[in-house]
Amino acid sequence: MAVNELQSTRKPPIFQIGAILWLRTNLFSSWVNGLLTLASLYLLYISIPPLLDWMVLSANFNFGTVNILGFEIKFSEVMADNQNCGREAACWPYIYEKLYMYIYGFYPREESWRPDTVYGLTALLFVIVRLVRNYKYKNRVILSLIVAYPIVSYILLAGGFGLLPVVETHRWGGLLLTLVIASVGIIVSFPIGVVLALGRRSNLRVIKLFSTLFIEFIRAVPLITILFMASFVLPLFLESGNNFDKLLRALIGIALFQAAYFAEVVRGGLQAIPKGQYEAADAIGLSYLQKNALIILPQALKISIPNIVGSSISLFKDTTLVLIIGLMDMLAMVNMTSQDPYWLGRETEGYVFVTMVMWVILYSMSRYSRKLEIRFNTENKN
Amino acid sequence: MKQQNILSQVKSLTFREILYNNEVRAFFFQVATLLLIFGLFYTIIGNLFDNIEARGIHTGFSFLKNRAGFDILPFLGNYLQDYTPESSNLTVFYVGLINTLVVAFIGIIITTFLGLFIGIARLSNNYLIAKLAGGYIELFRNVPVLLQIFFWYNIFINIFPHPKKSLSFFDVVFLNQRGLYLPKPILENGFLLVIIAFVVGIILTVFMKRYFNKKHDETGVHTRTLGYSTLLILGLPAVFFLLLGSPLHFDFAVLGKFNLNGGMQIVPEFIALTFALSVYTATYIAEAIRSGIEAVDKGQKEAAAAIGLTQTQSLKLIVMPQALRVAIPPTINQYLNLTKNSSLATAIGYPELMSSFGGTVLNQVGQAVEILGMAMLVYLVISLCISLLLNFVNKRMAIPER
Amino acid sequence: METENNKSNIIEISELNKWYGDFHALKNINMNVKEGEIIVVCGPSGSGKSTLIRCVNFLEKFQEGNIVVSGIELTDDAQKIRKIRSEVAMVFQHFNLFPHLTIVDNLTLAPIWVHNETKEEAREKALKFLERVDISEQAEKYPNQLSGGQQQRVAIARSLCTSPKIMLFDEPTSALDPEMISEVLDVMVELAKGGITMICVTHEMGFAKKMANRIIFMDEGQIVEENDPINFFKNPESNRLQLFLSQILTHDE
Repeated sequence: MAVNELQSTRKPPIFQIGAILWLRTNLFSSWVNGLLTLASLYLLYISIPPLLDWMVLSANFNFGTVNILGFEIKFSEVMADNQNCGREAACWPYIYEKLYMYIYGFYPREESWRPDTVYGLTALLFVIVRLVRNYKYKNRVILSLIVAYPIVSYILLAGGFGLLPVVETHRWGGLLLTLVIASVGIIVSFPIGVVLALGRRSNLRVIKLFSTLFIEFIRAVPLITILFMASFVLPLFLESGNNFDKLLRALIGIALFQAAYFAEVVRGGLQAIPKGQYEAADAIGLSYLQKNALIILPQALKISIPNIVGSSISLFKDTTLVLIIGLMDMLAMVNMTSQDPYWLGRETEGYVFVTMVMWVILYSMSRYSRKLEIRFNTENKN
Repeated sequence: MKQQNILSQVKSLTFREILYNNEVRAFFFQVATLLLIFGLFYTIIGNLFDNIEARGIHTGFSFLKNRAGFDILPFLGNYLQDYTPESSNLTVFYVGLINTLVVAFIGIIITTFLGLFIGIARLSNNYLIAKLAGGYIELFRNVPVLLQIFFWYNIFINIFPHPKKSLSFFDVVFLNQRGLYLPKPILENGFLLVIIAFVVGIILTVFMKRYFNKKHDETGVHTRTLGYSTLLILGLPAVFFLLLGSPLHFDFAVLGKFNLNGGMQIVPEFIALTFALSVYTATYIAEAIRSGIEAVDKGQKEAAAAIGLTQTQSLKLIVMPQALRVAIPPTINQYLNLTKNSSLATAIGYPELMSSFGGTVLNQVGQAVEILGMAMLVYLVISLCISLLLNFVNKRMAIPER
Repeated sequence: METENNKSNIIEISELNKWYGDFHALKNINMNVKEGEIIVVCGPSGSGKSTLIRCVNFLEKFQEGNIVVSGIELTDDAQKIRKIRSEVAMVFQHFNLFPHLTIVDNLTLAPIWVHNETKEEAREKALKFLERVDISEQAEKYPNQLSGGQQQRVAIARSLCTSPKIMLFDEPTSALDPEMISEVLDVMVELAKGGITMICVTHEMGFAKKMANRIIFMDEGQIVEENDPINFFKNPESNRLQLFLSQILTHDE
């Protein structure tokens, strides 16, 4: 019985929008909230300015003259030494002096182009993965890269084979070592993990038993015990207990450890595949190997990718543990250089520096992981 | 299909059919795997014993009786086991074990509260609080835990003052480079009764709550029990305490000429380790809590509001039961992670299992297999207990589905 | 405002305006509901129908205008809101049953904790209402063990336990499989015959034709047209309603 005329669209009432509303609803919506806001502001006030002051404002940046990418930049007349570097704030020249060791360890300086190349190859790897995203044969490309990368990097870093002068592994250190351990750890442990995951889901009781035992055992103990085992006991398992490369021991320990964790991630992916896929593959007559290689694993791995990246990030964090068995990763280098009698009492600068570097790397990795997750969620919308 | 079938079938088949029969294949495959694994073990263990003999390393567990011969940083473990360098290696094992459990226990408590707080703050409608909580998580999750341990240890060592200039809180609690000094509780005879009173208070509270629940069911009248509970749990022991003439004394630390004497010393290694582990693990627990609360469908809160429940009632009866079902399993997993990460104490010298037994004793005795075996066994048992707990919790909380 | 009729207005909405940020979601809504009236609100998606009824029990806040429910004015006062919510019940599109409680416990929750009834009383009442929606044999089961249609009937029974004067239905059958829609509509028809005031947002035009006293058509945040069922379908006056009817009725008949 009633027909209304067209109503006009209006803007909301003035005090309902804008900065005042925002402040009211988001920061001061109630008594309690108001107090919390003030408390947080106070907390920020007493923590951020002193930190900023120590790190930047009062810090010593007297690096002398520095050659950056071919440009000579003069920070100060001469580089500061421990006496005139100041005690109340950060002494960054200390870090600058030790920087080579933090990045390359004890790698001989004249050969530093080799680790540089490896760093470059690593970056290139990520770039290529991004570029071939829509390429038809991208899986083959990525697979061949993943196989080629460790081999090429090993030859570059270790030398030998009559190509390059040998650099023993005990000279590898700092960020370089972290990178080596992390990448080898991920690349080697992943196939093992996939096999373990398949084993755990196998119908053959023996295989299932041993896979489960292995996985559950490794996941129950701390990484440090595995590293100790690898470091002290592994050499004894071999013929004449030959002098086993220290780095190799750590790599084996880490690879086995990470394999168990990857196995659980992949198992989650395998469980998420609907039973119908298995049945369809069987119905068209594929063998176990064909079924897994062509149908099951591609799907399972695809859905697990965010978790695989997450697990890899954990591995990266865990590489710092090798310092406890005597390998000189970046953290170990910081500890070592702070014993330098010339630069006494500069551990804090070292830790802050390492923390910043690690944080940047790990944060970037987790951002990348989140982007992957979003991409996969939108791609998989049925 | 049982073994007999295979054999009877085998007899009547051609060779080719045998080769392709799935069950036969499965059987032989497993046998082959078993042979492989055992063969591997045989070789490895064989080499192990050969090498041990060649290097003159002892085997067996007799080393446990030997004298340890080194000092351990004073802490609860030493105290409970009366450790001296004359004690046996086995005692070192126990000392380490106790110290590990102390870190785990205190760490779990702190990290639960911290994680709960940060997780809820993350969801606050106060923009600043939510962002700060988010920042906390991003900051402490993306730094390796070992680095955090070193970092805090370094800061504490540098910040805590020299014993001569100890920071004092009302002359009861002191803080300096050597650690946190709390009054050492000295228990006298009557204290046992106070403890019993406390337990009785708890039991009475349980019965009282049951009584009031029943009353609520029958009459619809809801009584607030918080006051009564507090009275029973705290008041009852307090009364006994006073009646028995305060059977609890404290040995207060006293600032002597160079140093503090007496009191209970909590070494900075423990503080740094527990602090770092709690802060780090709290980020994961916060995320677990957040995902738990977010997992509760928005419609649930609306339905709760629509039928007239207050915010508190809605939280208690509808939101939290559902949120906790999602949040508790990963949280319990994090407790296990915290316990495992306590082994990193080796790096700063806190004498837990790996650093004292798996560290110094290992270096002295050299029997890595036995020592690491014992240590791993401990972690296995802890892990098993936590898994059982998890299973139990999951079963109890499961919401029945079709 | 019609006060001369023998039934008074149980809901009075005047000049209601709501914004989501900058988006003007409800524009100058004026609507009165008499006691015992059955109102159906329909319209294209995004027209604001759900937003409107959710304002009535304050699940959505509004910036301008006035709502009076059962003589109580709706403002941001916790006490008033609670009082209003005990008179107004809501049935949701996605049922929103509490999955961790049994069916019976879902129903007795509000009576016990909001109206301070005893457990016995609440249970008796609950079983009575479960009987009424024909689902009493599922009383001890859990929501996830029931079908969609069964869950929605439980949800209706849950609302009845608070003895509401007004029932709001927010697309109650939109999330159901076709064969379950009629079992829920049957319950709603029976409730309507019982004399309770109902506002239903729904696409079920059969129900509207059969039971509604008034049908309101909304589009783009405002009430475009309202009429009794016969004239609503036979003589739509506005263009927008004509367009809407042509779109939804072609598949039915």
